[in-house]
Amino acid sequence: MLIRLFTLIFLVLSFAATSFAQGSDPKPLFDQLADANFNQAETLVGQIAATGDPRVVPALNAFSEGDLYFRKSDKAVFSAKVAGSQLELIDPVTGESAGQVAKGAVTKIKVNNNLRRAIRAALGGLTLMSPDRGARLSAADAILRSPSAEALELVEAALAKETDADVKARMEEARAVSLLSSDRSIDEKRAAIETISGLGAAGLGVLNSVSGTIDHSLKPDLDKAIASIRNAQQLWNLAQNVWYGMSLGSVLLLAAIGLAITFGVMGIINMAHGEMVMLGAYSTFFVQEVIRNNAPGLFDWSLAIALPVAFLVTGLVGFVIERGVIRFLYGRPLETLLATWGVSLILQQAIRTIFGPTNQEVGNPSWMSGSFPLGGMTITYNRMWIIVFSLTIFFALLFVMKKTAYGLNMRAVTQNRRMASSMGIRTPWVDALTFALGSGIAGIAGVALSQIDNVSPNLGQSYIIDSFMVVVFGGVGNLWGTLVGALSLGILNKFLEPSVGAVLGKILVLVLIILFIQKRPRGLFALKGRAVEA
Amino acid sequence: MITGFILRALEGKIVVAVGILLAVAILVPALNLLTAPDSALHIPTYVMALMGKYLCYALLALALDLVWGYCGILSLGHGAFFALGGYAMGMYLMRQIGSRGVYGNPDLPDFMVFLNWKELPWFWYGFDMFPFAMAMVLIVPGLLAFVFGWFAFRSRVNGVYLSIITQAMTYALMLAFFRNDMGFGGNNGLTDFKDILGFQVQAGGTRAVLFAMSAIMLALCLIVASAITCSKFGKVLVGVRDAESRVRFLGFRVENIKLFTFVVSAMFAGIAGALFVPQVGIINPGEFAPANSIEVVVWTAVGGRGTLIGPIIGAILVNAGKSYFTGAFPEFWLFALGGLFIAVTLFLPKGIVGTIQHGWNARKALKAAAAAEKGRDAGAAPTAQQAQAAE
Repeated sequence: MLIRLFTLIFLVLSFAATSFAQGSDPKPLFDQLADANFNQAETLVGQIAATGDPRVVPALNAFSEGDLYFRKSDKAVFSAKVAGSQLELIDPVTGESAGQVAKGAVTKIKVNNNLRRAIRAALGGLTLMSPDRGARLSAADAILRSPSAEALELVEAALAKETDADVKARMEEARAVSLLSSDRSIDEKRAAIETISGLGAAGLGVLNSVSGTIDHSLKPDLDKAIASIRNAQQLWNLAQNVWYGMSLGSVLLLAAIGLAITFGVMGIINMAHGEMVMLGAYSTFFVQEVIRNNAPGLFDWSLAIALPVAFLVTGLVGFVIERGVIRFLYGRPLETLLATWGVSLILQQAIRTIFGPTNQEVGNPSWMSGSFPLGGMTITYNRMWIIVFSLTIFFALLFVMKKTAYGLNMRAVTQNRRMASSMGIRTPWVDALTFALGSGIAGIAGVALSQIDNVSPNLGQSYIIDSFMVVVFGGVGNLWGTLVGALSLGILNKFLEPSVGAVLGKILVLVLIILFIQKRPRGLFALKGRAVEA
Repeated sequence: MITGFILRALEGKIVVAVGILLAVAILVPALNLLTAPDSALHIPTYVMALMGKYLCYALLALALDLVWGYCGILSLGHGAFFALGGYAMGMYLMRQIGSRGVYGNPDLPDFMVFLNWKELPWFWYGFDMFPFAMAMVLIVPGLLAFVFGWFAFRSRVNGVYLSIITQAMTYALMLAFFRNDMGFGGNNGLTDFKDILGFQVQAGGTRAVLFAMSAIMLALCLIVASAITCSKFGKVLVGVRDAESRVRFLGFRVENIKLFTFVVSAMFAGIAGALFVPQVGIINPGEFAPANSIEVVVWTAVGGRGTLIGPIIGAILVNAGKSYFTGAFPEFWLFALGGLFIAVTLFLPKGIVGTIQHGWNARKALKAAAAAEKGRDAGAAPTAQQAQAAE
């Protein structure tokens, strides 16, 4: 009696369902699953999907999860949820509850991986018609990932109705991918291969998977497409490596550029340079702490505020070091090295005593986080800004050196101190300011490096050797040399990394620099003339 | 001829220093082994181990002084030679463990078993033999110094550039030794030593002998260094330090002179490392850290570069200070060390011994001048009379 009532309700419901359905009624197709073997089930899934009825999506999902059952009494098919010791049956099309039954009253419809694949493809096809643009896009993507001949008609149907250009393009690709495994004509397939060759890595997988079964006359086209994808991939890889290299190079440039002034122009071996970078990073931390506690709304501006703070703090420290220690040691470069090393130990320990030995948390402002895709590669915002930032600093510095009166004085003092002094330039003052400028720029570098590195008292230590390498490699006393040196070392490092690993790559770069210095003891762009022997 | 060479080396101060070192080599182990633990004269084993360590550092500082103080090459990579010597000794000690390791493998050290290596890499061959290992203690650092110096001195890389690339050298070696695939124990280095030449490394007697050996080797190296610096070659060496171009124009092959000194110095450093490892019981890549090498420079600078005794005194003083500070006020050690760097370069550029020597010489010169003045006054009067008489 109860059963008959159910059948009745069921009939009514299924009648109602038909009225919504775009194609034929999916309900009987579901019911046929009860007796079907795996192959038949696969066909049925295709047919269910072909109805284009979006209401079957949950039931198909349930099927692939293994939650589809048929009732032993009437072979009606339901998806089911566990409800206590019983199962709650749910109509596959309407999604309405059909009462609870004992577990013994139903039989699970078996599912295997082939079938799951078919279901996934079918689901992809179904959501192609969804009114939601995002859903359509992801449906096209799903087909791209697991193409099947069954999806082809669905895609074509969807294509005919599609109006959005982006979605349409994606669907064209999905169509091409599905077409390859269907039984369409050779010409259509040739056109499809053409489309797929623009797809990159995803297309490569599809082409490789059909290369065994495809018609022989298409083989040359296929190989050409595969080759062109491979080429494109290699190019993108190259571009990506160059980008990573530039990114590392810009970090090196940031770390080295202050040193290019103190060591390169003034000839002071400033071993405390790394600590200036560290002080800059701690200034950023300090500024952010103040902002967090007092004006959280300004957080996105924290770096902009930290820049002048870091410049002033480290510039001042540099000024004090020059007046207090270094000015007694001009003309004795090796002693300067030792004294500044002492300064660096003191600064490290001072920071450790004040802030503690652990890493400090420095946040990224919102415009520094995230990434965007560019062709076949991903570009993170913080790396991009650091490249922009390092180049900006470089050119600003170049401007100060070449175009301002102060820069002129500075160059005069470094080229011929006594002559400059005779011309009325206050050389001690210029020395102090130049050292302060170099230190200040190291501090600014610290602000940027705080975004990508751990801010700890040891921060500077990890940059000092690299910075010296860059300056020496590029050529002492030449800012352009520092730029070229930093970028080429960065790129070289990143190109060595994939083949030999990060650490060995770094070792190789160091060895190469050591060998390079034997060949050109004055670096890439050596200063010519008498200044060399000074 | 060689005895003459050495006898010439043994001038006053060096004789005293060698005598003191030999006395220490006998007295300290004797006071450690033969006196009762509660006796006032007893030297506890840990103090002896600490002093042994200082002696190794002193030898390292002496090695640096030979190239820096006498030849003007400021090497910031001497820690690398020290560590290489240490690794050579460590490899010998590793092979002596045999099947007593955690994994009980008779052929492979524990870390190789752990890395799933099946056989001994070729560069470990022969390290089970003591003479071979000892030869390597000299050869490996010497060879590295030779190759490095060959390239660097030939292309006339000098001054700060040389300092910076020696620093890069030790940094690259540090990175390399940190890698597990290198086959030197990676991060953990070599440790857990059992015995040396059949004697237990930890036993009191072995420690005493190792201590005595450190003092004796330091004395020996001091004699060799003194022989080098007091010879004619030593004069040229100082010439290279003070005016390299002039020495070159006089017809000397400056690069060969530098290379010889650099290699000898690297070997000294290797010996220091080899003596250091069994006394502290571990060698790891941290020894290659550039900071360590720079610290050696300050020991030498504090003691006085260009004096052979100075670096020995400097190394012992600074390290004793370090032991005291890191125990008593760990926060302040780096302040003290940093301050020391600055103070020495600003106020004591000749170091302790150099300053004393300078003062001594100045007083002597003053006295001599005063004496000469007197003599001339006394002698000048009659000559004047004679001159008048002649007129």
